Formats: sequence, C-alpha cells, structure tokens
Amino acid sequence: MARKHPRPEVSRRKFLAGAAVAGATTALAPPAAKAAATTDASISAPRRPSALPPTMQVAVAETETPKELPRIGGVPGSDFMVDVIKTLDIKYLPSNPASSFRAIHESLINYGGNKMPEFLTCAHEESAVAMAHGYFKVAGKPLMTLCHGTVGLQHAAMAVYNAWCDRVPVIIVGGNDLDAAHRPPGVPTIHSAQDINALVRDFTKWDDTPVSLQHFAQSFVRAYKIAMTPPYGPVAISLDAGLQQEPIRNNGEKLSIPRYVPTSPPQGDTGAVKEAARLLANAQNPVIVADRAARSENGVRLLVELAELLQAQVIDQGGRMNFPNTHYLRRPPTAVGNADVILGLELTDFWATVNAYIDNGEHGIGINTSRIKPETKLISINASELLTKANYQDFQRFQSVDVSMPADAEATLPALIEAVKAAIPADRKAAIEKRGDAARKAYAEQRERTKQAAALAWDASPISTARMSMEIWAQIKDLDWSLVSVSGVGFNWPNRLWPMEKHYHWLGASGGYGVGYGAPASVGAALANRDLGRFSVNIQSDGDLMYAPGVLWTAARHKIPQLAVMFNNRGYHQEVMHVQRLSNFRNRVANLGNDMGPIGTSIENPDIEYHKLAESMGWWAKGPIKDPAQLGPALKEAVAVVKSGQPALLNVWTQPR
Amino acid sequence: MRLVRSFGPAALAAGLALGCGGAFAASAEKGKTAYTQHGCWQCHGMQAQGGLTGPKLAPDPIPIEAFTAFVRTTNRAMPPYSEAILPNDDLADIHAYLQTIPKPADYKSIPLLNQ
Repeated sequence: MARKHPRPEVSRRKFLAGAAVAGATTALAPPAAKAAATTDASISAPRRPSALPPTMQVAVAETETPKELPRIGGVPGSDFMVDVIKTLDIKYLPSNPASSFRAIHESLINYGGNKMPEFLTCAHEESAVAMAHGYFKVAGKPLMTLCHGTVGLQHAAMAVYNAWCDRVPVIIVGGNDLDAAHRPPGVPTIHSAQDINALVRDFTKWDDTPVSLQHFAQSFVRAYKIAMTPPYGPVAISLDAGLQQEPIRNNGEKLSIPRYVPTSPPQGDTGAVKEAARLLANAQNPVIVADRAARSENGVRLLVELAELLQAQVIDQGGRMNFPNTHYLRRPPTAVGNADVILGLELTDFWATVNAYIDNGEHGIGINTSRIKPETKLISINASELLTKANYQDFQRFQSVDVSMPADAEATLPALIEAVKAAIPADRKAAIEKRGDAARKAYAEQRERTKQAAALAWDASPISTARMSMEIWAQIKDLDWSLVSVSGVGFNWPNRLWPMEKHYHWLGASGGYGVGYGAPASVGAALANRDLGRFSVNIQSDGDLMYAPGVLWTAARHKIPQLAVMFNNRGYHQEVMHVQRLSNFRNRVANLGNDMGPIGTSIENPDIEYHKLAESMGWWAKGPIKDPAQLGPALKEAVAVVKSGQPALLNVWTQPR
Repeated sequence: MRLVRSFGPAALAAGLALGCGGAFAASAEKGKTAYTQHGCWQCHGMQAQGGLTGPKLAPDPIPIEAFTAFVRTTNRAMPPYSEAILPNDDLADIHAYLQTIPKPADYKSIPLLNQ
C-alpha cells in the first residue's frame, strides 16, 4: 500500500488520525520515529519493484539469493513496528520464515536485537500457532507469530481454530503484498490476497489491515487488548509488505504508540448473581461443573472456596485444571444425575453436560437422553456467550438454562461466593455440612476402585496405559511438574491417579480437536515452564506427532526441555471404532487388510521409529519399549537428561487405550 | 458390558439358545484370536482390562447368556454385533477366553499404586 504514495503527503485522513492519537494516547516516543525525524529519510522517487522474474525464474525466486536491491535509505517502517511490539512485552515469536514479512523479520533480529520477542524457528505455521497456544496456558501471556501470505495462514488455520475454540489469545501477523501493480510477479503474487484475514475471520476475535505505520500502532495494541479480554481469542493483522519495507516518511505526522491498559473481565449482573446464589444456597444437592473456569491459581482457589461453602460436588470437565482431583468434593460426570441445581462454569457444551448422545440408534441416528431430573435448575456463567459467530459450530446445541450470565466465571466467582454466604439460611448449615460427610465417603470409595482398576493388565505387553502413567509419576512426583499435553483421547489415568492441585498440572486439550495440536502445544507450554523452572512432561500420541514432527527440531534448537513419552498405540483409535460401528450397522465384517484395525485406521506396517525420528532432530531418545519392566529405568535416564536442559523422548508401545 | 439391564425377550432367547448349544465346546485359544480379529481389544484392551472407551470384560466375565444378549442387541455406546459378522461359535470362544484371564494383584501389593 505504501508504494502507492512514495512522496510525503498529508492527507485529511492521516492528519485527523495523527491528531486524534496525539491527543488521546500517552505519547510514547518510539526510537525509530525519533530517528526518522532526524535523518530526513523521505524518498524522493518511487521505489522500483524489487524483482521482475520471468516465468521460468518464478520457482527459483524463492529458493535462490535474491538479486541485489537498490539500497533503501532512511529508517525502516518495520523498525517502528518493532518499537510498537516491544511495548507489549511479548517474549517469543515462533514462526516459519518467509518473504512476505522479511522486512519486519530483519527489523526484529537486527534493530530489535532478537529480544522481546525472540524469534523461534518453526518448521510449520501450525506448529508456531500451537506453540503460542500451549505457552499461554502456562504463562498467561500471549505470543505473536508471523505467517507467510496465503500459504502460511492456510497452514496455520487449524491451529488458529484450536485457539479460537479453546479461548486462547494468539496474535497472528500475516505478511501480504497488497500492491498488485508493484509487487513481484509470480510466487509472491500467488501468495498474496485482497483480504487475507478472510481465511481465518470466522474463528478470530478481530482482524485488521493497517495501511499506515500509525494505523499499525493502533491495530497492534488494539489486537493485543482484544485478544486479552475474556473470552480470550486469536486475532489477525494483515501486514502489507510495502508498509513494512519502506522508510518512515517525514510528512509531518508524529508517530506515537498507544498505551496498553488491560480491559477488566466482564462480571455477572448483580441481580443474576443473587438469583444464582439463592438457588445454590437452598439446593439439596448442588453440583458445580467447570470446563474452562480457572485460568490461574486464584481461579482454582475460588472454586474450592465456593464448593466447600456449599459442600457441592464438583465435576471438572478438564478444559483447564479447575479443581484439585485430591479434593473430596471432586466427582465423575455422572454426578449430575442427582443434582437439583447445576452451576455450569465456562462450559463448552452445556447440552451434552446434561444430556447423553449415544451413537447407536436406528439407521445410524443417535439416541438423545436426558441425564438429569426434569426439575433440575441450571445456571450458566460463560463468557463465550459474548462472542458467538455463525459459521463454525463450536457453540454446540442450544440448551435452555434458568439463570444465564454472559460473563467471565473466574471474575464472577468472588461476587457469587459473597452472595452465597449471604443467601445460606441459618437452619440449612448443618444439612450442608452433612453433605460433605457423604462426599468424603464416596470420594474414598472411588479412589479405591480407581486404583484397583489400574492394577488390571499391570504386566501386559504392550504396556498398559495405567502402568505407563504410574511409572512416569514415580519419576516426577518430587519435581515441580507440569503435564503439558495428553494428546488424543486415549486414556485419563494421570487425571485419576496423579495428584493435580495446581493450575499448571493440567492444561486441557486443544479446543477444536484438530489432531496435531499436542506436540507443538507441549513445546510451547514447556517453553513457558522452562522459564519458570518447572519440569514438563508430555504424553505424546503417535498420530498427533506425525502431523508436524518438525516441532521436535524446534524444541532441540531452542533448548526447550521436556520429557515426551510416546503413547504409541499404533493406530487412530478414535477412528477405529467409527469404521467398526458403521460396519456393524451395515452388517458387514470390517475389512482389516493386513492390519489390526479396519483399513485406514492403523499406523503400522511399517512401525514408526519415533525414537529415531526424535534423535535425528537433536533429542535424547530411546525405544521401542514394550516390556513394562524396562520402562522405569528408561524413564529415570530420560528425566536426568531433561533436568540437564535437553528434550528426551521414550518410544513406548502401549495398549490401545 | 456394564449396561445389561434392558434386554428384550428376543435378546434373551438368543443368549439362552447359545448358552445351551449342544455339543459345541468353546475354545479359549480360538477365543483369544477371535477377540483380536473382531476388534474387541480396540476398546476393551488386549487383556480385556477396559479403558476410557470400554469397560473391563475380565476377570469374572458376566454369564454367557447376558454376554451374548448384550453383544447382539446393545443400543449403548458399543454397536451391536449380529451373528453374520460375529458367529455364535466365535462369541462363545471369546467368552471362554475371557474366563481364563486371571484376577489382577491387589493394588495394595503394587508399590507404584501406593506412592
């Protein structure tokens, strides 16, 4: 865009924008802008197109050293962009390098010193966004990524959708060359789009295409602010290659950087909070269901306080680590069946919380049944109601509730706790305490059953998932640990057997259930844990790792330690049963070919040597481990490696689930 | 197999017919192969220990009549297996195999489960 106006000019639009910003913001003095003012960097003639490759050279253009360019005088506009980015304390920038953002890339590493943010080299845009996703769930701070035009953003799209569904902020800056008359022909033009943000608009909170440096400053700070306001979510900025590349113009406009002030999270309406408290305080059997309710240690503490106040059973659906699994009020999902009041906190799917869908009806149509009593009152606190879009169906089936608060649960809990304290009738306190006694007994019985279930197939080969979980636990239990990923939906033994009490003990799943999230998200989370001195463990499913295994190299390259234990069950077991189910419905024997599962669902013949894959990318690795007796000693070795600051992977052959 | 509450008369008849099946002698060895071939292991584990997607089937499998009735007519999470895709002989063999799976050790005797 900037190429269209090579000479300094003062348009009415720019003049007004500059005046408004100067008046409305704290005028931070960006170093690049200061330098521009003293170097008279205005370019007096239009810059020539940087390359004119003929057709035969199109492919070469991206793989060979570009022709020498005319020197560009003045202070680069992308230096100012770096000044803007640095005001927001973004620590890392995972990205795959590309020509459409070469100018800001150069500014980041040379002008910006490759600090705040530090560029992390990624092998795939999906990995870069998923790393930012995992990082946020530990650090509570967003990262930014740079994506290359149409192709990079399309690569990134699945990870962006995961972040959207999981309510995680990621700042995506997509390089794009808008000026069709002057951009290089061939590949760079194929990689450009009129409205590149349209690719991800359905699953980002906000996007913009800045056309001036001042516009960029406003857009970037606004994007950060929107991403970091609950419900969190990804945002996208299309960054014109010309705007990045050209110098700051001395056109009389003073560049300034708006000051970022966090937005307070939305709290529930006072009247609705009181009504919810009245229902809960007078309930015979209140049940709290939490999904993405606690985003911090304080969120966990508040939920424990509310549950103990009511002696209410708590179902943690695991979008985050909401409630300690060592607490006697923690109950399985079936606890909704006896509830007379259910409080749902940031639920992805309230309908499926109180209803069952069984994929086994006539002609393949599922069976819907209620899981609760008809008179049960439902209360919802959910910030996602403030951000519902039409196209993608992550909003799930519609569920009527009795009290609905479009608000952030963690921010609303303090007011709700106070309201419940005020609403509990004096003559109900003894009955409430008695509920706690019953919960303690039920919890103790449940623990016994869980441990006995874990003993089944204890010595099996391939190794049982319960055995693998407890072998890992034996090696990490005395460390400040964080389970950075359990990819796939294969088993839940860590949640049942490892004591999870801190918010970083469990980070939840991907959100959009796109396979391929686990490995890169675990690297991002491990990066945040590294800086906090924590030990990261990743139970890594095989199918997930094979989507973009290049992230293993990124972890080794940037010295991001983690213990990865392969949950190598040699198949896409989530899909195995879908094919088996349809075969049964159609009264046909499922065709296994030469595999263990129906054709198309196995990852065998040949077996993948994940330990060799990891080793080739700089990891310490060992495997395949099929004998449970060999697992403990191997884990001990691997933990020592991780403690030394390196990533380590064990390729463990496991039972299917 | 935990949801064996609501069998219809036809299902029970099917189970009883199989359970009283004349001279057929179920084979645990064949049953182990059939357990794998018919994909039981995919949800219930290779030693029928159960998991997130399916309950344990052994040790102490439910009686053959109830077992058969459930497999043939389930409308729960597991899809029903008709005789055309899982013959009665195979089903009986699978049940025989499940009966041979020993009880696990008491978890209290396993140090890793008492950390």
